[in-house]
Amino acid sequence: MTDAPTNQRLETEAADDTVWVQKVAFIDSVPRWIAMTFVFVVFIGTWDLVTRLELVSPIILPTPWETFDDMIFVGNNLLSGDYMLVSLWITIKEVIYGFALAIALGFSLGVLVGETAFGEKAVMPYLVAIDTMPKVAFAPLFVAWLGFGIESKVALAAFIATFPIVVGTAAGLHSADENARMLFKTMGASRIQTLIKMKLPTGLPQIFTGLKIGAVGVMAGAITGEFLGGGKGFGELIRVAASQLNTPRVFSLILYLSLVGLVLYLIVQWTQRRVVFWQKESVGAQDH
Amino acid sequence: MNASLANDYSGASSEAPVYELTNVSKTYARNAVIALENVNLTLRHGSFTSVIGSSGCGKSTLLKIMAGLIPPTKGRVILQDKPVTGPRRDIGMMFQQATLFPWKTAVENIVLPIEIRDGKGAAKKAKEKAHDLLEIVGLKGFENVYPNELSGGMAQRASICRMLITEPAVLLLDEPFSALDELSRDMMNMELQRICREQDATAFLVTHSIQEAVILSDEIVVMKPRPGRIAEIVQVDLPRPRTLDMMTTPRFGEIVDHIRSMLDKGEDM
Repeated sequence: MTDAPTNQRLETEAADDTVWVQKVAFIDSVPRWIAMTFVFVVFIGTWDLVTRLELVSPIILPTPWETFDDMIFVGNNLLSGDYMLVSLWITIKEVIYGFALAIALGFSLGVLVGETAFGEKAVMPYLVAIDTMPKVAFAPLFVAWLGFGIESKVALAAFIATFPIVVGTAAGLHSADENARMLFKTMGASRIQTLIKMKLPTGLPQIFTGLKIGAVGVMAGAITGEFLGGGKGFGELIRVAASQLNTPRVFSLILYLSLVGLVLYLIVQWTQRRVVFWQKESVGAQDH
Repeated sequence: MNASLANDYSGASSEAPVYELTNVSKTYARNAVIALENVNLTLRHGSFTSVIGSSGCGKSTLLKIMAGLIPPTKGRVILQDKPVTGPRRDIGMMFQQATLFPWKTAVENIVLPIEIRDGKGAAKKAKEKAHDLLEIVGLKGFENVYPNELSGGMAQRASICRMLITEPAVLLLDEPFSALDELSRDMMNMELQRICREQDATAFLVTHSIQEAVILSDEIVVMKPRPGRIAEIVQVDLPRPRTLDMMTTPRFGEIVDHIRSMLDKGEDM
């Protein structure tokens, strides 16, 4: 008690002596959710203002509230298992089959290209050449080959998603450092042991990066396939709504579709966290 | 060249030879560089030998040949009376980086050589031995810790265990602690000496540090470049066990100076 005043004086003195204080930038002191809400509110506000002042025709841009109402309508339709859910399920099936196919194909090609000299020399150049092509342009071919059913959409989705997985796998297999290779050699490890016990686990972070890019591509592929190849999927609903100039419907359908894409991405990310548990969060943070 | 071997050497010279290299030469066909020329070297049981020299003197080539990673162009490489024709269980090796795999715990990393050579079942049985080794290197309690949680020094201790798990006849050490800070490095060197004594190990160390070579070794192989060859084999007659204090003794200084002058004579150091 007795030296409380002394302490106080010391503290004030210390404060007076401080000539250079580290300043915290305002944005660093704001929690992320507040900053994100702020951007959301500004976005909706601007949208609302633009429609209220009738700067653009309501056919081109509906009000946020119309869109919101339509989202509730579509949500009800989905929840009650009506035709929209049937469509969504078709699209989800295309995405799942396409992604599974892309993983199988991409991983196998990735191992071929990343592990064998033949693959790297003879196969890789072709993969690079095909990868530089606009893959969506192949859609009419897939429709011609596989028809208007879900097969042509699955094929396009897989076609688009395969390449990032090939690249991720090949890069992953190359990422093992010289020390690890030498260590496995000194242990007398066979090629297959080196691949399974060292190169593949070492490359998992890159493989998952490829999977994440593939997960985004597979959605784009399925929807593009539906736009160009008909069928009864969600893409078809969007196309019909757009042709009827039902813009709020287009917006709300896109939002629900993006939820599917988000869920797929999050599944991959969750799997990555479980499988590649040793990977530092900071590396994962780059994906956000 | 080997005349100094016959000198008043009180180390392990009476012990049986473990590793013998006779007239070993290595020429890289790719660029016709003579990496090693007529290297003769004998590692005796329980001895500690260092090799030192400027870059390009062939010491990494020598190490790779001794590890069975590359064949020599000429010469005989005999470990425990059997010619070395590839990587072997009785050759233990350690690198600059600990190279522990982050998806395996400390113990799983240590039994990896067993897992590779004898399969998962044998690796499981070897875990008990891995626990003992971890205790020897002072990592008791870290058995199930992942490498991300180990410091650089601790990781190197674990990699010492991984090297020892197959009970190798010779330990090949490729600048094992050069990635550590100097304080940990001195400490780890003393640890290495203790472990080698306890395990009665025959060790061969590649290093860039003259002090490190002198404080640890019975013999120091001084190499010179172009072509890579042995310039001199220096006997270190400091008593064992060595302590860090010995680095201030006149004898230590003399040996360091002698090696430094040897190295300085080499072209473009």
